[in-house]
Amino acid sequence: MIYTASPIAIGVFFFFVLTVLGLSFYFARQTGSSKGYYTAGGTISWPVNGVAFAGDYLSAASFLGICGMIATAGYDGFLYSIGYLAGWVVALFVVAEPMKRLGKYTFTDALDSKFNSRGIQLVAGISSLVISIFYLIPQMVGAGALVTPLLGLPHYVGVIMVGSIVILIVATAGMKSTTYVQFLKGGLLIVFSTILVFSILGKGLNLKPGDNYHEFKKIEAVLSGGSVTSIADKSYAVSSQVKSGNLDFVKLDKGGVSTWWQLTGKEGNWTLTEVLSKTKTEKGEVLYNGEPKEAEKFYSVGHMTKIVVDGKEVEKTGPLGPFKFFSVIQKSGVSLFNPVTITDGEDKVTIWHQKNTAGNKILRPGLKFKIERDSSITSKLNFVSLMLSLFFGTAALPHVLIRYYTVPSPKDARKSTIVAIAAIGFFYILTLYMGIGAMVNGGMDVESSNMAAPLLAKTFGVYLFAIISAIAFATVLGTVSGLIVAASGAVAHDLMTNFLGMKLSDSSKVKAGKISAVVVGGIAIILGILFKGMNVSFLVGLAFAIAASANLPAIIMLLFWKKTTAKGITASVAVGVVSSIAIILLSPSMFAMYGWNPADAVFPLDNPGIISIPLSFTVLVVVSLFTQKSASKTA
Amino acid sequence: MDHGPAVQLGPDNAIRYKSKLGVILFFVYAFIYGLFVAINTFNPVIMETEIFFGLNLAIVYGFGLILFAIILGIIYNYFCTKKEDELNINTKGGAE
Repeated sequence: MIYTASPIAIGVFFFFVLTVLGLSFYFARQTGSSKGYYTAGGTISWPVNGVAFAGDYLSAASFLGICGMIATAGYDGFLYSIGYLAGWVVALFVVAEPMKRLGKYTFTDALDSKFNSRGIQLVAGISSLVISIFYLIPQMVGAGALVTPLLGLPHYVGVIMVGSIVILIVATAGMKSTTYVQFLKGGLLIVFSTILVFSILGKGLNLKPGDNYHEFKKIEAVLSGGSVTSIADKSYAVSSQVKSGNLDFVKLDKGGVSTWWQLTGKEGNWTLTEVLSKTKTEKGEVLYNGEPKEAEKFYSVGHMTKIVVDGKEVEKTGPLGPFKFFSVIQKSGVSLFNPVTITDGEDKVTIWHQKNTAGNKILRPGLKFKIERDSSITSKLNFVSLMLSLFFGTAALPHVLIRYYTVPSPKDARKSTIVAIAAIGFFYILTLYMGIGAMVNGGMDVESSNMAAPLLAKTFGVYLFAIISAIAFATVLGTVSGLIVAASGAVAHDLMTNFLGMKLSDSSKVKAGKISAVVVGGIAIILGILFKGMNVSFLVGLAFAIAASANLPAIIMLLFWKKTTAKGITASVAVGVVSSIAIILLSPSMFAMYGWNPADAVFPLDNPGIISIPLSFTVLVVVSLFTQKSASKTA
Repeated sequence: MDHGPAVQLGPDNAIRYKSKLGVILFFVYAFIYGLFVAINTFNPVIMETEIFFGLNLAIVYGFGLILFAIILGIIYNYFCTKKEDELNINTKGGAE
């Protein structure tokens, strides 16, 4: 799609960025010590910490990725919301208070509190760094995706801009400014998402989502021997016809512009329906619906095909209640846009054709995850693996864990977690309304599912679009700040001070943390540019899988199994990191990214959790049992 | 070594109680979450079943899991705070 920058959006965006930077400089003088830099001195109150937790956790993946995934795959996208939230139960009931009681600045401190093991310091520090970087990638990709519609700048500029701002935030005031950026952003995100949902419900459902919505034309066609021989609208001329599986596409020419149409129907009653297309010509030119991008002929899409209210078909509903909204969609029909790639001579064409889908299928699992009739054991395992990783991943994310050290006591850690669960849970309920709202209100850029929430806001006017886009951008800033604090803590505190035993003064520790923040921020910028175009929620799912595999078994066993040894923890974390990354790199999704055939993937699962989590637990138990003697000798 | 809590914490006599309660509530939630994953894996069509207000099982169960987490969290905090107040009267209160 082509986007035009809005002056209002630019104004809101710069206002927010300046506020955030102002806060950072204000807090800079309070963070001269390492305690101040890494944990805000442990002085944050539990309500603020709770909302900051939400601001930290509700990342680009939650806002952009989940809304986008729901808009393209219905309820399957909402499963991410459920899994992400369920993970907080593990954090609250199992991890929160012990983490606060055992640790100082980082997750590694807690893990190593009983042992003083260099092995633990090394692997846990590396694990924190790897998870934070994996989590940083989707945030930066999200930043790049946002800056295009918001400021009219290319993807890489957005990534560099976010990276630079965040480096400045973290390097000036560490955890203190990060906390207040996250608090501000978490609060704004929830408030304006609620306003967006009220707008969706207030508008109700309409077969024509908006006055500017593109109406997809239909033309009657006559066939002979499977080929289109003539069409009703004589202003078009048939240029070519290409089959892809059981789908049939026809290229029509009019006034020097070629457009693609889908052929559907049966004997004697054939129809051509306009589709969206992106053509890469032999000369390297890229055409959107037959014209250059600047012609703006590539539309945001998403509409209902049938609306049924209380058994009667209607054109529009008027305002709907929160339950009625879903009950109407369940009995109605929605047009989803599915991609297909075809070859036309030397041209490579991606077509997004409409697929009329029953509402009851959209509001239950099965559109994205293959768990139904067309499923296999592998596809079902893939689904279970993802849900397992989401459940166990949250409580093992380093940037979540460090927030337990910013409050004064374990009781505050517990209370702030409950505030976080309430805020995050409420937001995740809103994601289903926003995602489905984008799906039926023309809020879909078929090229980038990440844009669903801002495009949905755009259908309600430029002001809401400007605010939602600026908040989405702030969402990235807040989460990336937390991740960079966690990563810089892993490098400067876990690896340099503890593992390498470098004798640093308190001010040198802060300096080391700031330099680490700059380096990690630089790496995040490069990766954010390289991974452009991938769904951010999918990428975050992978970070969860690594965290759940590497960190959680060690945390759980340290707390609940007395025979756990330092070597057991070291081996478990190392195996968790290596096995989960190896499985990801050999997965079908990564093969597709390498440009290879996904079917040739060495490992059939996309999500490693179901293998790597039990493997990590097993390694910990076995190694601990074999090292009991050395543990008792050491003791 | 540079570990240990960042702030001085007093003794907390309610740790065992809180830990036990936390584990019990974790298993309660894990069971309900596991059931949700199992239904979706083995028979997702059941999720189409209308439950109330025209909402299907998928939405009721999904929203329910989110709300249940919040409710369990509040219950957990209530009992933990009560026990802390009861057992930490004579200490400075590790949990304070």
